[in-house]
Order: sequence, then structure tokens, then C-alpha cells
Amino acid sequence: MNTQSSNMPASNMSDSFEAQMLAPAALSPTRPMYWSVRRELWENRSIYIAPLAAAAVFLVGFLLSLIHLPQRMRALSTLDLAHQRAAIAMPYDMVAGLLMFTWMIVGAFYCLGALHGERRDRSILFWKSLPVSDLTTVLAKASIPFLVLPLLTFVITVVTQLIMLLLSTAVWSGSGLNVAALWTQLSFPRMSLMLLYHLVTVHTLWYAPLYGWLLLVSAWARRAPFLWAALPPLAIGFGEKIAFNTSHFATFLLHRLGGGTEAMTAPGTMPMDPTTHLTPGTYLASPGLWLGLLFTALCIAAAVRLRRYRGAL
Amino acid sequence: MAAIAARGLRKTFGTTVALDGVDLHVEEGRILGLIGPNGAGKTTLLNAIVGLTPYQGDLKVLGRDPWTQRDQLMRDVSFIADVAVLPRWMRVSQALDYVAGVHPRFDRGKAEGFLAKTSIGRDRKVRELSKGMVTQLHLALVMAIDAKLLVLDEPTLGLDILFRKQFYDSLLNDYFDRSRTIVITTHQVDEIQDVLTDVMFMDRGRIVFSRSTEEFESRYVEVMVNPETAAAARLFKPIHERQVFGRSILLFDGVDRRQLAEFGDVRTPSIADLFVAVLGKQAGVATDVAPQVAPEVATPDAAKGAAR
Repeated sequence: MNTQSSNMPASNMSDSFEAQMLAPAALSPTRPMYWSVRRELWENRSIYIAPLAAAAVFLVGFLLSLIHLPQRMRALSTLDLAHQRAAIAMPYDMVAGLLMFTWMIVGAFYCLGALHGERRDRSILFWKSLPVSDLTTVLAKASIPFLVLPLLTFVITVVTQLIMLLLSTAVWSGSGLNVAALWTQLSFPRMSLMLLYHLVTVHTLWYAPLYGWLLLVSAWARRAPFLWAALPPLAIGFGEKIAFNTSHFATFLLHRLGGGTEAMTAPGTMPMDPTTHLTPGTYLASPGLWLGLLFTALCIAAAVRLRRYRGAL
Repeated sequence: MAAIAARGLRKTFGTTVALDGVDLHVEEGRILGLIGPNGAGKTTLLNAIVGLTPYQGDLKVLGRDPWTQRDQLMRDVSFIADVAVLPRWMRVSQALDYVAGVHPRFDRGKAEGFLAKTSIGRDRKVRELSKGMVTQLHLALVMAIDAKLLVLDEPTLGLDILFRKQFYDSLLNDYFDRSRTIVITTHQVDEIQDVLTDVMFMDRGRIVFSRSTEEFESRYVEVMVNPETAAAARLFKPIHERQVFGRSILLFDGVDRRQLAEFGDVRTPSIADLFVAVLGKQAGVATDVAPQVAPEVATPDAAKGAAR
């Protein structure tokens, strides 16, 4: 129990943060956490509607493409195996890419609004009247880009790909093509495992600092969180260019945004390609990963503190 | 244990002093009315009590530090900080689910009972409800929480008089018992006069008046006198005087009712009247009870205006 009586904001930074950390443990931490995550999903239905809609639109397009599939496959049979494989796998990689892109867009907009929206509509006064700590609230919000979206993206991608595979199988067998060739070319379990590896290493852990930064800006900005999130990095990049005529910061930022090359070496843009070489050792040994995660943790810790100080706008 | 104990509470926003050394002691089982003009610091004080704002000085609420232990404190304290803060996207059923999910002392059946008396549908969204219905919903949620301390900042703003009356009845009959403490601010002072056990006036960040209702009723007397007896009555040193229909209403502090009865009808003043008397004095306007000053500052309309 904190017995400190004087409350100069700066004087008890460290011990009040400890009180924050200890509080949920005394409170059966899972229940408020569970309901806080559910409440995020109630408020932000785009978290699951957007990927489902993207998958549905893609499936419709894929269904239409099946009309010409037998002809195309016969034309392909003259090509070598690698090219055949690439042609067959292309739509599967495309749907995975589409859903990962959806995750990034939804995640970015979610994070920017997560701690800003509740202050703008003053509902923070309601949330704060309930026994849920700032730490629980911020962690529940952070769990959307770090846990909920990866899980949703993985499940929706795999289910969509499975539907695509079953549809293709029906069309292939209906037009007398070799179904076994389709299944061996595609190697569905391997494709799913590659997807999972890519989602965890690149889209969750490597991109974590981006979501952390957006959450921090969302907790800090009084208005226009999008501008506050985007302009400082741009300003640093241009400032460096003008002052030193170098572009280290821009290179660094593009390397981060591009997903890095530490986790895997892909020949093209398709990370699920069988010739992609997984390099988990290089990935885990790269300082960029760990510095990024440290930066993410600092952003989240700062967001927790800011949520206490920042009231309704 | 005191429900609220504050000593030397200070809070400034830039150069504006919102709380200027507030000392406050509220025992368990009291219903305290906090009354003051706009900008007096009432909301800042309540926000400090429920852990929404940092402050300087000493403050313990139910033995806890509200700023550093807000989430634990909120198991025993419930509050309505402002009107219409329920999230607009939320459905009524979701609000019930969520509060039931995170609050160990929430009685869902009780909240459903309060809601059954209104016309609020379970599947409605907050944005579809009228302002009064949102307040009804919020009050239903808060009153279903078995809290030790309930803090209400203008709880009935935007509600019609029927619902306001019903709310205060319900607050007394269904909610309040001797182990709970309630702190209310409102501009509709006269409506809560019978509800309160204590009354406090705030002005410019300070508590300028603090009495229990019993004390209030035994000490303060109001007499309506005719012009011819007014001079004699003034010898008893009224703290305030106002004119109504050519007669004077004199307000006395600690003068025997039987002595005053000979000048006219004796009654207990309303909180609003006393508020004007006390705050007028603070402002240095009505220290002089000379009749030529009194009508300007203390017509009934002005009294209501000042109490708002």
C-alpha cells in the first residue's frame, strides 16, 4: 500500500508505477482483461469485419477465375515444375498478402484511435469509474495488434486458402486434371507453417515498434494523432537530408517498414515461396529485433502513465 | 474510518487556483451536498477524490490514495463525473455485461430492476437514447454497485423534475443506508435540501461554510418582518436581508426563535438563501445589511441566479 501522502506528480513516479503493476494481481487480473478486450471488439468491429470482407471479396474473385482454370492448367503443363508451382500458388500467396496488409491498415488506425478516442468522447470518465487499472486497459488495447489481429489473420487466411483448395480440387477433378499434382505442388501444411512463421516474426515482432509508437501518440496527442505520428519521423528524415545530406534515418525506417531481411531471405515478394530460406538464428541474433521490442515496451509503459495523467479532452 | 479526509488540498491550472487549501472530513454514513458557483472548484475537488486528477496536499479516500490507487479504490467508490460520458457506440446490454464483468460488487439484477422502470430497451445503443435516458442508464449502473462511497457531480442535469424527484427518493430508499457515504453537487439546491445530512459551500477553491443539517436547522432562522418592525428586528444583527413585496426577510445566525417570533413568521431558511447570504458576505457585497443595498443583491431571482 502506498502510504505517501504528498502527491507531487513528479515525486512518486517510480513507486506509483509499481502500485500499478501490482494492482491487477490482487484483483484477479484475467477478468478485467478479458472484458476489456471484448469491449475493444464491441467498439471496433472493423478488427474482424475488415479481414472477413477482404477474404470474401477475394474468394468471389477466385471463384470467377475458376471458370478459366482448366484451360490455364493445360497451358501450364508445358512449363517446368517450378513455374507450374508458382502459377498454382500465386492466388494463395496473394490472399495471404492481402490479409496481412488489411491487418496493418486496421491495426494502425486502431492504435491511433485507441487512447485518443476515449478522451475525445469523454467516455474515459466512465471507464475510469470502474476498477480497471490503466495498465490493464492499455495492455488490453495493445493486445489487439499484437495478439487478436495476428490470430484472426492466421485463421482467416488458412480457412480462405482451404476453401480455395477445395474449390480448385473440385474443378480439377471435374475437368480430368491430376488432383494429386495440385496437392503436392501446393503442400498446404508447409504453406500454413510458413505463414505462421512470417506472421509472428515479421508482422508481430518486427512491426511491434510501429504499433507501440502509434499507441503512445494516441495516448499523448490532444488532437490530430495521425499528424503527430507521421510528421516527426518525416521531419527527422528531411532534417537529416538537409543538414548532412545523408539518409540514414530514412534507410533505417524503410528497412523496418519493409519487414527487414533478418527472418527469412525470400527470392521475390512472396514469403511463402518454397525457395524462401528461413533464418531464425539470424533473426533472433539481430539487435534490431530486440531494440525494437525494447522501444515497444517503453512506448507502452509511457502510454500507461499518460493515460493516468491525460483526462477528457 | 473517515470516508474522505483531506488536508491542505491544492490544485492549480496554470495561474488559476482551482483548490486553495481545502480541508475536508466526511464521516461514513453522511450525505454531503457540495454547493458553489461555477468555477468554485467543486468538480476539481470531486475529481481529486475519485483519482482523476493529481493534486498537492493530503488526501485519503476510504484510507487509500486516490491518485495512485484508483483502480483498487473504484471497487468501493462509484461516481458519475460528468453527464453523457457513457460511450455512444455501446449497447445497453453491453454496458450491463461489461460492468458485471469488471466490477465485483455490481448487482446486475438490481440494475435491470432500475431499467425496467424506464423505457430504455436492452438492445438500444447509447447514441440512440435521449439525454435523459443516458443519465437514467448511468444512474441505474451506478446505483446497482454496492459502493461505500458514491460521488455524484450534477447527477440530474438534463432530467425533468419528475425523474429528479424519483431519483432522489430512490437514492434515499433503495440505495442509502448508514454504511454508505454520498457526496453530491448540484445547482438545484432546494431539491436536495431534505436529502442531505451535511451541507458545504465552496467558493474560489475554498470551503467557506460547513454544517450538518441539524446544526443548520437549529442555528439559522429567517423572519419576514413589516417595515415598521424591521428596525427593531435588525438589533438582533441579521447576517443578511432581502426585500420581498415591500417586506424584509431577515436571516439570523444563532438567535432564539422565540425572541424573533414576535416580529413575524419564523422559518428555517432554504439552503439557497443561506448560500446567497454566506457568499454575498464572502464577496464583500452584503456585509452591510443596510436596506438600500439589500434589494439589489438579494431578490429571490438573484438568489436563484447565484445558487446556479
